[in-house]
Amino acid sequence: MERILFGDNQFFGVNHMSEEKARAQAMKFQDLSAIIEVLDIAYDEGIRAFMCTTHTRVGNICDHIRAHSDRYKDFQFYPCMPYAHKYADAVTEQGILGAMRSFLPNEGIVGALFRGGLSVARKDVESLAGMLIDAEMKMFHDLKTPVIFLQNVVTDLILGLGAKEAFRIFADHVKTRYNAEPGFISMNVPRLLDALEACGIDNPIVCANMNKIGFRMCGGIGLYERTIAARRFRPIAMSVLASGAIPPREAIEYVCRQPEIESIVFGASSRSNIRQTKTLIDSLTLAKSAA
Amino acid sequence: MIRIAILGLGKMGISHQSIVGAHPDAELVAICDTTGYLVDLLGKYTSVKAYTDYRKLLDTEKLDAVFIATPSKYHAEMVRAALDANLHVFCEKPFCLDVAEGKALAALAEEKQRVNQVGYHYRFVGVFCELKRLLDLNVLGAIHHVRAEAYGPVVLRSKGVTWRASRSEGGGCLNDYACHAIDLLQYLVGVPKEVSGTVLNRIFSGDVEDEVYANLSYDGGLTGEIAANWSDESFRKMSMKISVWGTNGKIVADRQELQIYIRNASGLSEGLNKGWNVRYTTDLTDEVWFYLRGEEYSAQVDHFLQAIKEGWTDTRSTFRSASATDLTALAMVTDAGKKGTPISLDNVISAKSASARLWTSVQRLTTRNSVTTN
Repeated sequence: MERILFGDNQFFGVNHMSEEKARAQAMKFQDLSAIIEVLDIAYDEGIRAFMCTTHTRVGNICDHIRAHSDRYKDFQFYPCMPYAHKYADAVTEQGILGAMRSFLPNEGIVGALFRGGLSVARKDVESLAGMLIDAEMKMFHDLKTPVIFLQNVVTDLILGLGAKEAFRIFADHVKTRYNAEPGFISMNVPRLLDALEACGIDNPIVCANMNKIGFRMCGGIGLYERTIAARRFRPIAMSVLASGAIPPREAIEYVCRQPEIESIVFGASSRSNIRQTKTLIDSLTLAKSAA
Repeated sequence: MIRIAILGLGKMGISHQSIVGAHPDAELVAICDTTGYLVDLLGKYTSVKAYTDYRKLLDTEKLDAVFIATPSKYHAEMVRAALDANLHVFCEKPFCLDVAEGKALAALAEEKQRVNQVGYHYRFVGVFCELKRLLDLNVLGAIHHVRAEAYGPVVLRSKGVTWRASRSEGGGCLNDYACHAIDLLQYLVGVPKEVSGTVLNRIFSGDVEDEVYANLSYDGGLTGEIAANWSDESFRKMSMKISVWGTNGKIVADRQELQIYIRNASGLSEGLNKGWNVRYTTDLTDEVWFYLRGEEYSAQVDHFLQAIKEGWTDTRSTFRSASATDLTALAMVTDAGKKGTPISLDNVISAKSASARLWTSVQRLTTRNSVTTN
């Protein structure tokens, strides 16, 4: 996995600390060109992986990367699905089954499934899940997607429900259909690791909040540190700055002090912030491995 | 272990099922929904008993408490059935479409000493709890006006096919969005005395309102405003903003941030300075044992379960307070429906001309009189 992943929150008006800031960013990145400009900066600074949701506008980004494949030879996407609000809004408008149907292709199998009455048999659930995943992945055709993530709203929903077979269905489909590694985003890491272990998913990639103030790290910062040190999984740290609550050097030092953390995802919207963060990560990572 | 069943597997029902499933003190015994496929699917993959008939579930299963997350139309009937079965009840909002029934159910729950709670989760958001704490400490002096605004992108087209698009089923912006705003204001400053100037507008919907605006007045002279609009696409998801004005300053709060403006900080002990003070959710939100979508969803479930465990019934969001929210909403509907006499601008001008002429005449008379008496 790439050491540094570039996130997409800033492009789509997502800021977990301030709604005002979120709105300002939504305005700044109204045009695709503004997004591409920042992605180009990150790419040219050596950040090769873009970890993004399956928001419709990401489709436009994909079109651009495909259209200029020479410029973006090493560009990788790490898609995170599903984009929760898209589904939430659809469910409100059409109910759960109606929403599922609206996202699936209007072809033979789906039609037959809904007409003939859906079954809960494992293989039919697998087909349905597979089709939903494929619908989310469509925008990334002919692009590099080495890791495909399940978004935290769905991961943690499934976790609480105790429906861990769903993790297995996701993982298997991602591996066989896309030759990619499955990743899981979650706010409840220790609990998630138990569930993934129980359904035979070994050494999973897990992306979660890992920051110095324990913000949204369920179970507490101590448990997280022990889990990262001792359990078999591949951690990606997100919300390292806790949406701005921790100064950058301190925040990144905290993450780099834990060598088991493989990658760090962060978002930024200016060259100086991107450069500063990357420089900090590179130097503090080196410092740790030299020590 | 507290034995629990969930009635209704929509977005909130499934969310509650997940949170309850992860709670160390809860044993999820059964779930129920009329959509057979959904309840079978969940029943099979989450190993709980699945029902399509809630009465059968209540008759068959040995339970301590129930979560009711069906469309609002069914709340009263199910709450009554659950209380009759001596269960503690968590009911989604709005509480009851028939206010009288809601009041009766609140009384019944109190009489039976059952833990009763309604899903007004904003009462569990760290920033709003801190806002209440500061208001209770009178940091703004005497407050004179409050405003609650709830905006979001729920209905952006005319095509509505679910219960939320139907008036008789309890749909509409008032029930879905405005009730949260009304309830949060109640939590912060109390129940209003009167409602006026209510506007219920349709934008895209056929059968229900898409935006709600109303004025509130309270005992002691405080005034308030409610604004709710679920057809605003500029919002990524539902937003809730509270503004409070007082003689010593102002506070603006949303889920993430508390912006406090203080005029005179002397005598205030909260680390508040003159001018702007900002507090963030990262400092104000208590950790939860399991996170799904927001700490408040877990916190409200934990609150309910702790009450059952420890044997107290005065939850932070009772049937009683939710019933007062329903009553305020009813007042708004009544207000919007009445045939009032709004002031037309044409009438104002001609009326004013008449009285302006009269006043000038009176002035001339008075001046002449004072001259002659001198």
